Amino acid sequence: MTEEPREESKEMSPKGIEVPRRNFLKAGFGTMAAIAALAGVSAPLASLTKGFTSVDAFLQQHYKRLTSDDLDQILRRLEAEIARDYGARVHVNDVRPMDGVEYGYALNLSRCNGSRRCVEACVKENNQTRDPQMQYIKVLEMSNGSLDVEKSDHYYDVPEVPREGKYYLPVQCHQCKNPPCTKVCPVQATWTEPDGITVIDYNWCIGCRYCMAACPYEARRFNFSKPEIPAEEINPDMAYLGNRIRPAGVVEKCTFCIHRTRRGRYPACMEACPTGARIFGNLLDPNSEINYILKNKRVYILKEEAGTIPRFYYYFDV
Amino acid sequence: MRLLRSYVAFLLRATLLSFTGSWRFYAWMTVLTLIAAAGAFAYARQLEQGLAITGMTDQVSWGAYIANFTYLVGVAAAAVMLVIPAYIYRNKDMHDVVLFGELLAIAAIIMSLLFVVVDLGRPDRFWHLIPRLGVFNFPGSMLSWDVIVLNGYLALNLHICGYLLFMKYMNRKPTLAFYMPFVVVAIAWAVSIHTVTAFLYVGLVGRPFWNTAIVAPRFLGSAFTAGPGILIIAFQVIRRLTHYEISDRAIHMLRNIVTVSLLVNLFLLACEAFKEFYSASLHNSSARYLFFGLHGHDALVPWIWAAIGMELVAAVVLIVPPLARRISFLNVACVLSIVGIWIEKGMGLIVPGFVPTPLGNIVEYAPSLNEAMVCVGIWAFGLLLFSWMLHIAIPIMSGEFRHETAETRA
Repeated sequence: MTEEPREESKEMSPKGIEVPRRNFLKAGFGTMAAIAALAGVSAPLASLTKGFTSVDAFLQQHYKRLTSDDLDQILRRLEAEIARDYGARVHVNDVRPMDGVEYGYALNLSRCNGSRRCVEACVKENNQTRDPQMQYIKVLEMSNGSLDVEKSDHYYDVPEVPREGKYYLPVQCHQCKNPPCTKVCPVQATWTEPDGITVIDYNWCIGCRYCMAACPYEARRFNFSKPEIPAEEINPDMAYLGNRIRPAGVVEKCTFCIHRTRRGRYPACMEACPTGARIFGNLLDPNSEINYILKNKRVYILKEEAGTIPRFYYYFDV
Repeated sequence: MRLLRSYVAFLLRATLLSFTGSWRFYAWMTVLTLIAAAGAFAYARQLEQGLAITGMTDQVSWGAYIANFTYLVGVAAAAVMLVIPAYIYRNKDMHDVVLFGELLAIAAIIMSLLFVVVDLGRPDRFWHLIPRLGVFNFPGSMLSWDVIVLNGYLALNLHICGYLLFMKYMNRKPTLAFYMPFVVVAIAWAVSIHTVTAFLYVGLVGRPFWNTAIVAPRFLGSAFTAGPGILIIAFQVIRRLTHYEISDRAIHMLRNIVTVSLLVNLFLLACEAFKEFYSASLHNSSARYLFFGLHGHDALVPWIWAAIGMELVAAVVLIVPPLARRISFLNVACVLSIVGIWIEKGMGLIVPGFVPTPLGNIVEYAPSLNEAMVCVGIWAFGLLLFSWMLHIAIPIMSGEFRHETAETRA
């Protein structure tokens, strides 16, 4: 390397550091400029403080660390918050899993006609934000002769379904036995319950969205802004780990309608299905319909190679 | 006790020194402060409106923030390329500049932590990540590993730099036992920060573009190019603006590091491209999207080819003898590889991991203006930090700024 002539600068005194008065004045101007700029920053921050978070909400502990008294207070606080923010009187409950139950879902690909009634019912039942509408279920329009999701259409808009040469693949949370989403969460804000449902503590999630990157089924959604739902459309029967209105900045997901199914009802998507393509039941009950399907039908597991071991199965009539 | 008093005096004098300098220093720091403040303003707006004002979507759930985070972790890790020759092989030239590398690492880590914070949907819940106080998912989540290694690396470098600078200020010989063990740990730690960051992506089974063993080595290759590249540029500036001696041999050594790392990086990129395209499986759709476009979507194509072009030109400049000998060409090569690798990490690695989605949906991503402002603000803040640390460290290193009673250097 050749030596390049270097320009010697004259700015800094070579002997020691002196602090002349002039510099303090300059420092003063610099600081003033910085303070003025920071004052500008505080304008949106001021509007932020109202309604963003309360001290109680800020200090709230992880769901699993709460005593039943704590939880009770939190449920009442959430009800008050929803009443304040959305103008709706609701009940937020903590619905616990039933003993001896592990839920499974089966979907008949020969029957699904792509009507997306399940999607509509899910949005209403689970109080998802409406603008833009958040949906837990995606219905993929697939071409006959291929199971490659990349050749699917997520946004088909046609006057009549089903279309010739197409079949329909609804995808929602697969409630995996080996879920990649819960493994990656840095704060254990998401976990799998004893009945097989993967839930999120919406008041513990920090919104890093790592679980979304991890999920091979795109089953998780993020609240990019505060959810918007008209008061008259709010479903007042809510569960803490389920369909309550979620705060902004957190991830949410399908819980197999935890607030219904844990009380012995069917999920909203199944009730809404016009063709009976959806079967929901207890995998631990040998006489359940879902077990009959698993034993007697041709079952297809989406992305089985990912090793996630879903509790959501597709099957064919023939 | 006397040492403590000297330390307090040191802090006070250093604070005074922070506000002392030429008009150029003031202009530079004021401009950076204003840009950083504009970034803070944009962030405040994001806090108010949510991440909806970014370009991110459910489909592309990480964007410019995480891309910059990844890049800066690499820049921080690159300090190790100065640390090893300086402390382990006792290379005199490197010894004079190693501290600047570690200061860059400190600034880069702080910037990368800031990029993580601005990416959080609920930054007010950051405390959930603090072990015991919150619930820490260790060792399950790679993100919790990342929290540990990044903060640990920051602490190590703060200690090493702080201790050595203070000793220099006092004109005392630093005690080996007080820094050498930390230096040795920091070497392994530097590799770990970029490896763990790579594993954040590698560990995701649903994303075949990332789910490959080569990501961590590629990260190190690109980091050891970009980091020393930034330092070469910084050293030119230091040489021009101060009297601090940085030998040509130090720059020459860094140039060799940049050259080898850049060639390794290009080789690994070629390995990846071969694996993706020769076998032509269905899993290569992200790579097809990145390099050639997919079903008419090709937002990233010009970026990746620009990045590859920059890196190739830089490689030619660095290895063809008549070009390689000139400092001005070296600077061009450094700028090209710094920018090229920044593109490769962001538009070339993070974004295509999300396109198409695991269910075959193609949603393209571009950062919003507000998001870009936050990014630029954090970069300005990082530069501000680095300039400020150099502003104090250089006079200490050159012996101009020292304890009143400390004897003059021979």
